[in-house]
Amino acid sequence: MATAVITDPMLTTPYLLREVAKETPDTFTLKLAPEEGGNGSSFRPGQFSMLWVFGVGELPISISGNPAEHDQLVYTVRSVGQATNALVSQAVGSGVGVRGPFGTGWPVEAARGRDVIVVAGGIGLAPLRPVIYEVLHHRQDYGRLVVLYGARNPRDLLYRKELAAWARHRDTQVLVTVDYGGMSWRGHVGVVTTLFKYARLKPTNSVAMVCGPEIMMRFVTRELVSHGLSRNDIYLSMERNMKCAVGFCGHCQYGPHFICKDGPVFTYEQMRPLLEKYEL
Amino acid sequence: METLERIIAEHPFFAGLESYYTGLLVGCGANVHFQPGAYIFKEGEEANEFYLIRSGRVALEIFAPQHKPLVVETLEEGDILGWSWLLPPYLWKFHAHAVQDTRAIALDGKCLRTKCEQNHDLGYEVLKRFAQIMERRLEATRMQLLDVYAVR
Amino acid sequence: MVAESVLATRETSWSEAVSQVHAVFAASELGRLIEAVARRGYAVLGPTVRDGAIVYDQIESAQDLPAGWTDEQAPGHYRLKRRDDDALFGYVVGPQSWKKYLHPAEVRLFSAERPPGEGQGGTFRILNNETKPKAPQAFLGVRACELAAIAVQDRVLLEDKYRDAVYGARRAGAFLIAVQCTQSAATCFCASMGTGPAVANGADLILTELLGAGGHRFLVKAGSERGAEVLSDLQTHAATDADLHQAETGVQEAASQQVRRIENDGIKELLYQNFEHPRWDHIAARCLTCANCTMVCPTCFCTTVEDVSDVTGDHAERWRRWDSCFTGSFSYIHGGSIRTSSKARYRQWMTHKLASWMDQFGSSGCVGCGRCITWCPVGIDITEEVRALRDGGSHGNP
Repeated sequence: MATAVITDPMLTTPYLLREVAKETPDTFTLKLAPEEGGNGSSFRPGQFSMLWVFGVGELPISISGNPAEHDQLVYTVRSVGQATNALVSQAVGSGVGVRGPFGTGWPVEAARGRDVIVVAGGIGLAPLRPVIYEVLHHRQDYGRLVVLYGARNPRDLLYRKELAAWARHRDTQVLVTVDYGGMSWRGHVGVVTTLFKYARLKPTNSVAMVCGPEIMMRFVTRELVSHGLSRNDIYLSMERNMKCAVGFCGHCQYGPHFICKDGPVFTYEQMRPLLEKYEL
Repeated sequence: METLERIIAEHPFFAGLESYYTGLLVGCGANVHFQPGAYIFKEGEEANEFYLIRSGRVALEIFAPQHKPLVVETLEEGDILGWSWLLPPYLWKFHAHAVQDTRAIALDGKCLRTKCEQNHDLGYEVLKRFAQIMERRLEATRMQLLDVYAVR
Repeated sequence: MVAESVLATRETSWSEAVSQVHAVFAASELGRLIEAVARRGYAVLGPTVRDGAIVYDQIESAQDLPAGWTDEQAPGHYRLKRRDDDALFGYVVGPQSWKKYLHPAEVRLFSAERPPGEGQGGTFRILNNETKPKAPQAFLGVRACELAAIAVQDRVLLEDKYRDAVYGARRAGAFLIAVQCTQSAATCFCASMGTGPAVANGADLILTELLGAGGHRFLVKAGSERGAEVLSDLQTHAATDADLHQAETGVQEAASQQVRRIENDGIKELLYQNFEHPRWDHIAARCLTCANCTMVCPTCFCTTVEDVSDVTGDHAERWRRWDSCFTGSFSYIHGGSIRTSSKARYRQWMTHKLASWMDQFGSSGCVGCGRCITWCPVGIDITEEVRALRDGGSHGNP
């Protein structure tokens, strides 16, 4: 029998935590590099890794860095439980286990020559940031870039300086809104769907990429469809429980799909029959 | 007033309305300008007009004694501001606060509601248009109430 | 990343001519078969009687086999009974399947350590990821439905985008001795699933136990070169037409004894279209979400991973354990579980098994072994539930 080299997809690789930066009161951006250094860290926008905290647990975390940088992997993590807490509290210099990258990505290749509409809610901007980097890096290959971003309140906005910098690129519109604005907030107040009336869209030649809480994505897809986008041009990034990321553990099944290996990015056409099913 | 007429006629809110009525609206419309920080109307005041925002940003605020005013929504270019003039008791429920330099067309709601009472065809058209705005804002408010980004 | 098929590799190197040769050996030779396999370095595993059930365990000799036993099975019911003969394989499947050896209920994925005293801020290194069993394993008494189940797990764990190293290492070395069923339990429905009771391929040796006029003996056919090689250690003689006929009749009888069946025509659409069928509430009123069905199912593959560390915090291990879609934590994402009701959990299990499995892996996830029916403490019968969904018309989404 031919003996193929068996690589164990469940085996983690130690990376070095190089930097932890606070984005919001509960969200941090982590930079990890291979222990030996070098350029081993390529990924496609929208992919995720399984990050292992020694003795604590493993988590699926989207890669939020620049796909053009190959010497490190960047993740933006919201601390909401024991494992995420442990992950963001690691000291710089700690070893963090990395498996991946896993999953399909956003359709950045298919979107070339077209307008790109990025719609993000809360931490959902993290997996979409590589798309924005990619489009701005190959600016001439894409049409307009419209970024619509909503968060709970001004404190919870990610990448505030970058949002302002992106808006200065040509053919780029960045609209930011918060659900609850304080008096010092001079920007939009209202949910992310209210931004559509101010966005300059060309629905027939646009690809939309959406990431956020599932309720938010349902509202947003309805808005995009009402603006004339085809269901096949709307992409969503889905979240489910995940233990292995390679299709073995069964946890992330969503109807016939495995979020880990068939997704996490799907078209709205694929998701539409499932999104409104309770307890699927 | 040619610009005013064109702006009103081209605005989706007025689309399909008989030109006689748009003419009436134009007749009692006026360009207005608010400096940043200015209040367009305040809670409890009589509501006699509404605004078609042409540029800038207006915050709808409500306040509780122990808090700074809370912004519930912002309105911008192309948005219609105000419908309290349409239904009794014709009093504003929020403060409208220009947070940026804001230009708008002010329209006479008091006059329009009288016309609507006299002519129910017009009344139906006006109510239908406002119902749509209210429906959109209600949906947005519900989504806001769901507080989808909160950690549970 | 596409995994190579273990079965396919073996089959292509195997000459069709040899596999057509049937031989016969006396039941007294079975011990020699066990020895012949053990001599080649395999740990021989097979059926034994323990705790009132047929369970798979280490086999030293033919004496360890359940001679003269049969099983009586019904929804929520399992009893061993004496036979009036000395048949060694006169029962069908028990609560366990070969899954416990190929896809262990608990396995350490790896252990890792941090330099002592460094604690937080230190790096770590992986000490091992022992995926291989101590010795290659030989399974004696693999039924047709179980071979089908192994093929189903091969598809899931080896032949999709990624290859599971733990399963792969065990599967690649496994020597499979199949036994065709000549009787069925009341819970069997392999005939309707097209998975049995006849064994087609996928085994190294295929046995049929024959009793009666010709004496207690086994009809045997090699299914691989290594199977034929093992067979050469045994005293066999050519099978007669009568032997072949008796075996064929026995297998046919097993099929005709089956009182349960699943109608597979359009079953995927049936389940997809009945997401809101009132029958789910009917099932939920009975289901205890005990997860027995998923534990005894030979194709259920779901697992969870747990982290263990010692008191110093310098040594950590990751363990993989069987998990079940019937547990609350299975569908947990931050904020809560997605499937909170037992209705949703049973629906997920059954819809996955019989419908979405087809979209995911190109076949049904059910092989008709009947274990989920027998070992359900309240006797929920998957074949009955399919029928109830069919009878009730469509309820749910297009």
